[in-house]
Amino acid sequence: MPDQLTLAPPPAPSPAVPPPAPAAISTARRRWGALTLLRYAAVLAGAVVMLFPFLWTVVTSITPEGSLADGPRLWVEDPTTAAYGTLLETLPMWRILLNSFWIAVVSTLLQLVTGTMAAYGFARLTFRGKNVVFALYLATLMVPLQVLVVPLFIEMKVLNLQDTYMALLAPSIASAFGVFLLKQAVESVPRELDEAATIDGAGHLRIFATIIVPLIRPALATVAVFAFMGSWNSFLWPLVVIRSPEFMTLPLGLSTLHGQFTTEWDVVMAGSVFSIVPIAIVYLLAQRHIIAGVAHSGLK
Amino acid sequence: MTATTHGAPKAVATTRHTRGAGSRGRAWRNRGWVLFFLAPSAVPLLLFTAVPMISSIWVSLHDWNLISAMRWVGLDNYTDLLTDEQTREVFLHTLLYCAGYLPLVYVGGLGLALALNQRMPARAFFRAAYFLPVVTSWVVVALVWKWLLNPSNGLVNTILGALGLPEPGWWTDPTWALPAVILSSAWKDLGFVMVIMLAGLQAIPSDVVEAATVDGAGPWQRFWRITLPLLSPSTFFVVVISLINGFQVFDQVYVMTGGGPQGASQVVVGQVYDLTFRYGRAGEASALSWILFAVILLITAVQIRGQKRWVHHA
Repeated sequence: MPDQLTLAPPPAPSPAVPPPAPAAISTARRRWGALTLLRYAAVLAGAVVMLFPFLWTVVTSITPEGSLADGPRLWVEDPTTAAYGTLLETLPMWRILLNSFWIAVVSTLLQLVTGTMAAYGFARLTFRGKNVVFALYLATLMVPLQVLVVPLFIEMKVLNLQDTYMALLAPSIASAFGVFLLKQAVESVPRELDEAATIDGAGHLRIFATIIVPLIRPALATVAVFAFMGSWNSFLWPLVVIRSPEFMTLPLGLSTLHGQFTTEWDVVMAGSVFSIVPIAIVYLLAQRHIIAGVAHSGLK
Repeated sequence: MTATTHGAPKAVATTRHTRGAGSRGRAWRNRGWVLFFLAPSAVPLLLFTAVPMISSIWVSLHDWNLISAMRWVGLDNYTDLLTDEQTREVFLHTLLYCAGYLPLVYVGGLGLALALNQRMPARAFFRAAYFLPVVTSWVVVALVWKWLLNPSNGLVNTILGALGLPEPGWWTDPTWALPAVILSSAWKDLGFVMVIMLAGLQAIPSDVVEAATVDGAGPWQRFWRITLPLLSPSTFFVVVISLINGFQVFDQVYVMTGGGPQGASQVVVGQVYDLTFRYGRAGEASALSWILFAVILLITAVQIRGQKRWVHHA
């Protein structure tokens, strides 16, 4: 497997075929040219379909509420930030945004730490019942959240964690998916490296921190991307366990907003802009790693 | 008995004893390391996955409204659900969702990957643009599309109207509610499938394709006979993941339609949520979630067993 996924175009095929007659070349080239143009047009049209809704969200959010009923207008003559004002009055959006970010960052870090440690334990330590324990880990991977939602909700009530950050984090401190992916990565690190380090007097901790962790970076990136996106998108669990606006994350905040402003689309779209912009910035900055991380998962 | 014969076994015993103590010490140290490396993941998984999992089975065997005492009903929740008309309906809607969503994202994602796998201007920009909805949360996507598909003054119907096409009621119409959800979901995940398929395409050795070209295979033949079979591991991954996620669809339905109108777009997880938090029937909800789990497990198992027939592993 390539260490770093490059999405560069493959080299043009070398002309292995003997050159055809000049007439054949020109018709072939013409047809090829038309095909390329068609392909380009399709990709372009697709990109418009993918990007236009984002633009439309912004346009709606600055359209005066009264003129929304007149039907869609692409050019807003009298743009206003009134919807953003209403948004910030209704919900503590900055705090909700920060909640979303820090819950995503903390749960990603936790999953990376707990996952890498477990991966090392399963890949490098020998102990009785290892296979059974690993199978139990995998079993938790198969059980979807909705099976756990009711008892987990009760558990949070019993532990008095309802409506807290801890409750938001609880189900994503460790992920069996991460353990599984990272274990495979650790196993692909040659054991000779560990042995050489052991001879040099290194213990588990040093082998773990200085040999294993640096060598499984692509897998760590994949786990990080999925953990972050999972937390950022998470809706069902916050919906169940959070009531007060100050502990809400963006998806829950937006759904609440929509519940209050069912027909005021300018406000709802202002809220959407509020949650799209930060993640779009993160995405643009980390784009290559994010796409490589996702691509990496599919090659397993 | 002489001293020598007496001494020898004793010496052996001593060495055996010390060796035993050493290995026992090492075993304890090893156990310490195992605990050190596994506890950080094992404890939360135990507390927040295993315990709720077992309690969920327990709850599913009771009649319970989350407040008053639980009443044991055995397997009644399961038998009731399996014969219930509503269960059949929510499973049907979920199945229809998957049946609409999967072909859209797969064919669309593969087409895009094929188009972007060749050199073209602004390729990186297109790839980034197609992937942007993937990082946007489901709730946002559902809201943006709910507005785009607004039956009275939404953009899509305005365009359809201008073109003289019929304007569906989308999420306000029982017939169109599910298609509206499918459309927005496919829009969100297209880029994800594209990236997976693109990675698969780039893993295909170019000499195989070249060899086929030399042998006189046209683009069409190359696609069906070479590219698609060699992409089968990526296809398999996309199908398995999409079905697992598709059967658990919830966020976009909850936001766009709330399962309506008149339950026309209610899906299994939506029903689990409503049973628990709207109707106070937590026992039935838990039982339903286990039935869904069994269905997902079965479908995934069938796919994994069936993959030998069509997935070519390099």
